[in-house]
Amino acid sequence: MNNLTFGITLIIVGMGGTLLTLALFSALMTILKRLFPAQEEAPPEKTT
Amino acid sequence: MLHAILDGLLGLTSGFASLHWSNPVMIAVGGILLFLGIKKDIEPLLLVPIGFGAILTNIPAAGLMEEGGFLRVIYEMGIATELFPLLIFIGVGAMTDFGPLLENPKIFLLGAAGQFGIFLTIGLALFFGFSQLDAVAIGIIGACDGPTAIYVTSKYAPHLLGAVSVAAYSYMSLVPIIQPPIMRALTTQKERTVRMDVETKPASQTARILFPIVVTVVGGLIAPQGLPLLGTIMLGNLMKESGAVARLTKASENEIANVVTLLLGISIGATMEGTAFLKIQTLLILAFGFTAICLDTVCGVLFGKLMCVLSGGRVNPLIGAAGISAYPMAARVVQKEGVKYDKHNFLLMHAVGANTGGQVGSVMAAAIMLSVLKGMGII
Repeated sequence: MNNLTFGITLIIVGMGGTLLTLALFSALMTILKRLFPAQEEAPPEKTT
Repeated sequence: MLHAILDGLLGLTSGFASLHWSNPVMIAVGGILLFLGIKKDIEPLLLVPIGFGAILTNIPAAGLMEEGGFLRVIYEMGIATELFPLLIFIGVGAMTDFGPLLENPKIFLLGAAGQFGIFLTIGLALFFGFSQLDAVAIGIIGACDGPTAIYVTSKYAPHLLGAVSVAAYSYMSLVPIIQPPIMRALTTQKERTVRMDVETKPASQTARILFPIVVTVVGGLIAPQGLPLLGTIMLGNLMKESGAVARLTKASENEIANVVTLLLGISIGATMEGTAFLKIQTLLILAFGFTAICLDTVCGVLFGKLMCVLSGGRVNPLIGAAGISAYPMAARVVQKEGVKYDKHNFLLMHAVGANTGGQVGSVMAAAIMLSVLKGMGII
C-alpha cells in the first residue's frame, strides 16, 4: 500500500473511528446514568 | 610482569579508548534532562531516571545494553514485552476520577477531537518520507500520553523509543506554554467568557462502577488491538470506584507505579545511545511531536467552538483544549485562561471532564489506529 493511501485511510478511519467510539461511550454513559440515577440526598432530620 | 601491569592499565583506559564523539554529547543531553527534572521540576519522576539512563548507556565499554547487561535485562523485561506501560496504566486508572466526565458525558466528544493531531501528524510524517510504522510512532506523541506512546513505539518502531518518549514527556510538561496562544488565537473574547452550567447531575456509584466495564467490553470489541491499554486503565479505575480492593488500588497508584516508573525511565534512557540518537531524524521527531500537540489543541478548540454553536452558546470553547490527555495540566490551563477574561468563570470541572475524556480518547485513538493497521495488514 502506498503512503498516500495509507495516510488518508488512517486519517479518515482513525479520526472518524475515534469520534464515533467516544460518541458511543457518551451515549452509553447517558443511558447508564438514566438506568442507575444517583440517589437524592436525604433531607436533614428535623430537630425539636 | 611488566606486560601484565601494562595490560591492567590498558583495562583502565578502555572506556576512554572506546569513546565516540556522540557519547559526551549524549552525556550532556542526559545532564540537561536531569537539570530539567531536578531544577525546573519538569516531569522529574521520568526525566531524572531517563536522564541518568542516557548517561549510563553512553559510557562505553560497560556493556550495560549488551546481552546480559543490567539495562538490557530491564529493557527486555518491561519494554520489549510492553509490560511497564501497561502496569503504569493500572495506576493511572486508579488515580483518575472520571466523575466530572460522567456528570456531562457529551464532553466525551472533546476527548476525541483532542486526538486528531495524532492522525494529522502521521500524514505529515509520511509526507516527509518516514516509513509507515515510524510515522505511526511519531504521530502517537500527539496522544499526550506517555504510556500509550511507549506501548505503540516499543511494539512497532523500537529504534525511535528514546526520541518519542522524551518528546512525549517533555511536551506534556510544556502544555501550559504551548496551549494558551493557540486558545487565544482561535477564540473570541465573547467565547472565552461563556459561563457553563455549574449544576450537573452526578453519576451514581453503580454507574461509576459500570463505566470501566462497559468501556472495556465495547472499546475492546471495536478495537481489540488496543485492549491491553484500555483494559489496564479501566481495571485500575474499576478497583478505585468499587472500593472493594483498597489495598490493590493503593498499591497500583503508589508502590507499583513508582517502581515501574523508575524502571521504565531508566530503560528508556538506555535507548538513547549516541550513535543511534544523534540523527537529523531525532530533531524531526521532536518537531513533529510539537506539531502533533499543537494540532490536538487546534482541533479540540475548534470542536469546542462547534459545540458552543450547537448548544446555543452554553459550551465555552476553551474547554476543547483540555480534550488532550495531559491530565490534569490541560484542565488547569483552561481554568487559568478562563479566569483571565472573567474572574468568576468556573470552568475547571468541565475542563477536568474533557481532560479525562482525553485520557480515554488517547487510548481509544491508539487502539483504533492499531486495529486499522491490523485490518490493512500493516502489522
